[in-house]
Formats: sequence, C-alpha cells, structure tokens
Amino acid sequence: MRPKLGLGQRFIQLGVLILILVAWYIGTLPGHINPLLLPPPAPVFKDFWQLVTNSNIWPDLWVTVHEWLVAVAIAAVAGCSLGYIISRSGYAVRVFDPLLAGIYSIPAILLFPLYLLFFGLGSGSKIAIGTTIAFFPVVLNTIAGLANVDKAYIRAAQSMGANDFQLFWSVMLPAAFPVVLTGLRLGCIIAFLAILGGETISSLAGLGHRIVSLAENMESAQMFANIVFAVLMAFIINGVVSFAEARGRRGFQ
Amino acid sequence: MTATTLTSFSHARRGPIMSPGWARLLAIFILLALWEIGARFYADPLFLCPPSQAIGALGHVLSDPKIRTAIEVTILEVSTAFAMSVSIGMIIGLAVGLHGFTKQSILPVILMLYATPQATILPLFVLIFGIGPAAKIAFGVSHGIFPVIVTTVAGVQNLRPQLLRAAHSMGANRWQVFTSIIFPHMIPSFFTGMRLGMTAVLLGVLLAELYVSTAGIGFYTRLFAESFSPPDLFALISVLAAIAVTLNELCRIAERHFRRWNEG
Repeated sequence: MRPKLGLGQRFIQLGVLILILVAWYIGTLPGHINPLLLPPPAPVFKDFWQLVTNSNIWPDLWVTVHEWLVAVAIAAVAGCSLGYIISRSGYAVRVFDPLLAGIYSIPAILLFPLYLLFFGLGSGSKIAIGTTIAFFPVVLNTIAGLANVDKAYIRAAQSMGANDFQLFWSVMLPAAFPVVLTGLRLGCIIAFLAILGGETISSLAGLGHRIVSLAENMESAQMFANIVFAVLMAFIINGVVSFAEARGRRGFQ
Repeated sequence: MTATTLTSFSHARRGPIMSPGWARLLAIFILLALWEIGARFYADPLFLCPPSQAIGALGHVLSDPKIRTAIEVTILEVSTAFAMSVSIGMIIGLAVGLHGFTKQSILPVILMLYATPQATILPLFVLIFGIGPAAKIAFGVSHGIFPVIVTTVAGVQNLRPQLLRAAHSMGANRWQVFTSIIFPHMIPSFFTGMRLGMTAVLLGVLLAELYVSTAGIGFYTRLFAESFSPPDLFALISVLAAIAVTLNELCRIAERHFRRWNEG
C-alpha cells in the first residue's frame, strides 16, 4: 500500500518534523504560549527520560496492557466462534450480518456509563468496553471471510471426498484467514484506543488515569511526557499487531 | 414414492421460512424478550432494568426540559464539529493532495497524527477550551478531520493527468479546472470521507461529553449511573444511539446517492 520512498522524500519528512520541533521551541519561549497549556520541549524530554528510567509507570502500563490483552482475547474467541456459527448458513448470514453491522455503527463508548455501573471503576469496565469495541470487526470479518469462500473450491473438495473437518481446515480456513486477520488487527487497535478512552473518563489506574490525574494537578510537563509515552505505546502495539498480521498471512500461504 | 417425499421434504427445509428482514426483527424481539425476562426476575433493579421500563422512562426523560436542552447541545456540538471537520479537512486535503511535494512531506505527518490515540490528549483540550461545548467541538474536530483529509487526498490522487492537461490546453483557468474536473472526480471519496468523519466526530464528542461536562449528555449519563436509576440511563442511551444511527444513515444515503450520480 505504501510506496517506496526515496532519500529525498525521507529528508523532506525529517525537515517537517524538525520544523515542528523548532516551532514548539520558539512558541514556548517566555512570553508566548502559557506553559500550562504547552510546556517547552526540554522539560518534557527530561520528564520523559525520568519516566522511562526510574518511575512507577510500569505498573500502570501493565494495568492497561492487561486490560487490553483480556479484552482482545475475549473478543477474538467470541467473535470468531459466533462468526463461524453464523457463516455456516447463508440464511443466517443474511439475517445477522446487517444486524451486527447496524449495531457496529452505534458509537460503543455510549455503553461506558452502563459498564461503569455494572463492573465498577476498576479494570472490569475497561475490559468490557474494549471487548465490545473489538468484537464487531472480528465477527463481521469472520463472517465476510468464511461466507465469501469461492464455491468452486468447496465443491471441488467435497467431490474429492473431504469431510467437514477437512473442508474447514484445508479449504475454508486458508481462504478466509486474511480477512479474519484484518478484523483481528482492527479489533486489537480500536480496543486499545477504547481502553485508553475509558481510563480517561474514569478509572483507578492505567496510562489514561495517569494523564488525567497529572492534568488535574496542572503538571503540564509530566503530563506531556506521559502522553508521549502512551502515544509511543499505541504505535508499538500498532506495529506489533501489523507485523503479526503480515507474518500470519505469509505463514498461511 | 419415498424419493419424492424426500425431495419435497428437503425442499421445504432449504426454502427460507421467512424473509431475512422479518427473521432479523424476530431475532431482535427474542433478544429483547430474554432481556425482559432476565431483568424482571433475576437481576438487581439497581443495576439492570427490563426494556419495558426503559421505554416507559423514555417519556419523562424526553419531556424533562433540562435533558432536552442537553440533547440539543450535543446535537449542536456534533453538527458544528462535523461542519468544521468537513470544510477544514477538505481544504487541507486539497492543499496537501494536489501537489506532489506537500503530499510527500506533510501527508506522512498527518497519517502519524491520525494514528495517535486522541483520548490521551483529551485533558489538554479541557485545559485549553474549558469544560463547555468548545472543548467537545474541538475534540470532535480532532477526530473527524483526519478521515476527511485522508479520503480527500485519496480522491484527488487518482485523477488522470490527461484530463488536467486537456483542460489546461483548452484554456481553462484554475477555478474552471476545480469545478469541472477535480470536484466531480472527488465526489464519491468525499462522501465516504464524510461518513467516516461523522462516525469519528460522534465518537469524539461523546468521549469528551463523558469525560467532563456540566450540562450536556455526559452529565446526565453520569448522574443516572451514580444515582442507580437504570431506566433513565437506558432511555437516554437509546436516544443517543438513535441519533447516532440516524446521522450515520443520512451520510450513507448521501454517499450512495452521489456515487450513482457520479457514475451515471
């Protein structure tokens, strides 16, 4: 999807990034922007370094990552199995696919107050919102992948005497796998965003919780350092999940 | 004899019992009925209420003038944020997408910002814009503007250069090129961007509303959750869900309509 970039284009991108950093530096010189709203780069980097080397961020990171892992695991198992059951019959696909797609278009974050009521302020409500958000792309892509396998392959396998399990394992699964993987990747990424959002709204621990409590204490430089940390985590998760998707796709072909 | 009965039997089994649309309604009805039974007889009324009570609460939630104002405020925030996302996003998208240089230099930065979890900077929006509607609108724009930019860039990207050259050689000026070549060409992707932007704006505004709000929807969802009155909470959430579905459908209809218009 992304075209190969030449050295010149890399240079331009680097230039833009440097330009942003310089603008940040100049903008926060004394007398320009209120340092409460945008602290100068130097303290932010210093705080970030402290955050990574010696600080108590690791338990909070683990809380967020743990919530994410549980949410993704539940959503993957539930989404794949429900998708498989629905995709067994074309009629069920026509009944349930539009229903699930319709529910998917409602912003799931609306359910967060309910989850707070059901599961409390702790990890439970974040796992619930992450699961809800990740479930839909997984189940919709599982249905799309399994229901759109070329009928010719299925008929060929059946006429060669494949049983149900063989048909699933050697024909349906390899054909549907890339689409299902895309759903899993999407689910993983939006679940992480939803969990961060949930932690921002109300929580007891986690990366989002740290940022909010620092914001409420007006510790701008530390807050920015934490934001940088959370953004880096999001990029890392993005990268790991995309890498796993590419590997899984290649491994199956 | 047996063969004919067998085939007729399998025919009856294979043919649809009812149309998928009716079956879907039936499935929704069964889910609601299960919820009703479960909530009525087994659940703690402080946490879960049957759907019939939520529907009953709908009347007094909607007739409360304060809640009605809150819903109006939220709709206003969503529409302002949406209008700003679409107009600013389209201008940025055109400015970035129409030149190779800006596309190579600025687009990667925009894509990086798009991939950033905005929820982490939500407290910052509140610091800058306060706890009123301005913060919600700004946060909604920060969600909605990126899909609009990206789809606008994608829309002008596969514009065939022959068309541009032909127009130039026939003496079209910049404005004419824009109105009769670029604009018609990017209509389908523009509406796709609008639909994605609407979803994102709704998410942004609702997230900001839930985070902090003194009079909007977020305030009331929090109030109902904390005062353990699930019927009101369910009623309010279903009103919001209905608004979200309506807005999404409007964008989808517009997208389909203009896609056909462009192809035809």
